[in-house]
Amino acid sequence: MGYIVELENVDKIYGENHVVKSLNLKVEEGEFLTLLGSSGCGKTTTLRMIAGFEEPTNGNIRVEGEAIEDKEPYERDVNTVFQSYALFPHMTIYDNIAYGLKMKKVPKDEVQERVLHMMDLVQLGGFEKRYPSQLSGGQKQRVAIARALINRPKVLLLDEPLGALDLKLRKQMQLELKRLQKKLNITFIYVTHDQEEALTMSDRIAIMHDGILDQLGTPTEIYEKPATRFVATFIGETNIFDGAVADVKDGQVQVTIENGIISAKDFMSKSGQYVTISVRPEKMKFRDTPTTDFTIPAVVKDYVYVGSIIKCVVELPNGNEIRIERLAGQELPELGTTIYPYWDMEDAVVIHGQEQEMLRAMDSIQFS
Amino acid sequence: MRMKRRKRTVLTRIRDVLFCAIIYLFLFLPISVIVVNSMNATTSKPYLAWKGFTLAWYVRLFDNTELLGSFRNTMIIAVVSTLLSTIIGTMGAVGMYKYKFKGKSIIDGLLYIPVVIPEIVLGISLLTIFSKVNIPRGMLTLILAHVTFSIPFVIFNVRARLAGYDNSIDEASMDLGANRIQTFFHVTLPVLAPGIAGGALLAFTLSIDDIIISYFVNGQVKTYPLRVMESIKSGVAPDVNALSTLILIATIVFVVLTQSGILNKNKKR
Repeated sequence: MGYIVELENVDKIYGENHVVKSLNLKVEEGEFLTLLGSSGCGKTTTLRMIAGFEEPTNGNIRVEGEAIEDKEPYERDVNTVFQSYALFPHMTIYDNIAYGLKMKKVPKDEVQERVLHMMDLVQLGGFEKRYPSQLSGGQKQRVAIARALINRPKVLLLDEPLGALDLKLRKQMQLELKRLQKKLNITFIYVTHDQEEALTMSDRIAIMHDGILDQLGTPTEIYEKPATRFVATFIGETNIFDGAVADVKDGQVQVTIENGIISAKDFMSKSGQYVTISVRPEKMKFRDTPTTDFTIPAVVKDYVYVGSIIKCVVELPNGNEIRIERLAGQELPELGTTIYPYWDMEDAVVIHGQEQEMLRAMDSIQFS
Repeated sequence: MRMKRRKRTVLTRIRDVLFCAIIYLFLFLPISVIVVNSMNATTSKPYLAWKGFTLAWYVRLFDNTELLGSFRNTMIIAVVSTLLSTIIGTMGAVGMYKYKFKGKSIIDGLLYIPVVIPEIVLGISLLTIFSKVNIPRGMLTLILAHVTFSIPFVIFNVRARLAGYDNSIDEASMDLGANRIQTFFHVTLPVLAPGIAGGALLAFTLSIDDIIISYFVNGQVKTYPLRVMESIKSGVAPDVNALSTLILIATIVFVVLTQSGILNKNKKR
């Protein structure tokens, strides 16, 4: 499959702010790719560089193999859906959607046909004569999408398009967007900070953190094999243990953490390395006695009921809290008792090269 | 208890109506004097005693070429200076909104100076400049002077509109294939239009009104306000009142038209 958008060693520096750091990203034709990250991670800047509103400080951006970093936004075959919708307030819905075609000097008959077709597609038939101020948030969003799609772009860029909508409408629009993308078979590059939205909609997710692309993969890969400490904590809930590798044998490592030993399956570690181990709450198990592989005691502190799931909060001797998750009705330890958490070796993810992140995490520990 | 309350509401109502009436009386009594006096049949100075109703002054007005000529001058100056100051002011406001540069806040602050310094100072300084660079005083200097004091007002008005301007609509326009110039005329300008129109209207009004600055730079050219000022020495002639009344009527018609939305294309906004 060909790459429709390629970013090669792209940097963006504002004054002393290094917003995007040598980013390499290849977007496949027809895929739904999400740039995910917390605010200030460089995801919107990346999108704006593809659209042409920002110029990369270094590096190349190619669309269909053609370098575009020197082209003006109006010379690029990509269109954008803005977070604020950015509808033209002085134009009717019809004129808003027709704008791109009029600029391209498309004959009037064809404009009308394509606009009306597009309005049907986003379920806005009959709204031609209204003004943006007369529409609800969800309707404005549909106009913004229709307006961006009417030029039949090769790539549609979406900058947190659902951010301003309420939860219910957002869920509905997520499904609609996904359906639209499949139907039109256009590449979508979607920016969001909402990890659930990213998991629901994307073919692939690119997680950005401090201007760096931490991981690029399918939702499953990213959830089950997080590549960095940040990805593990950002996507879903997880329990994080930082420690040093004590012993390696037969693809299994024993890691010394504060107050004891934990273990995981891993072929990459060497003795003495610092590693981070991430275990999802639903993979956690527990028993009454320590084993050679798991020696950390924990006291059951609290229960949280979340509908069909029960979360059990247990406290380690150093004060860190970890979470064990069970379906309602399954067996859980009693409050106040001491348990020894463990997990199946293959359920833990060992993450390497995260010393910086570990130090940062240590800095943020609050002593009470 | 209930009676008392009702009584009180009636009293408050009377008080409110009275209050409004006084305000409007205060505003419109001076104007009405002009209207009434324009139909005064008196022929002796100072044209104040009521000698009966006549429309003769409206007829004689059109024989008074000097007065009409001064009015024509005023209109030419107002239209040209409004046009120029609106174009310059709008470009200035947009430029100062879109671009960041060193010393921007200083330039921002300097804008207020022509507005707050006494007009007499501006008048003297303009006269000095025009004499130094040897521009003959007349229509040209009047127009230049009016452009000078109108620009800040246009900028303030346009800038107020820009304060709520969403820059992403410009980006959206370019994203959809419009170049910068097309974007300006299809998106920026129409969205700013109310602010620009407000600024232009203000510039126009200021220009028609101006006496002090015009007095310094007019040379031989008489504007309508200057002509009126002169005639005051011998009492305000009823034909001046007649012309003022006509201007008043034109203004009222314009205001009514805009308020009722007839001149507005997009009522919805």
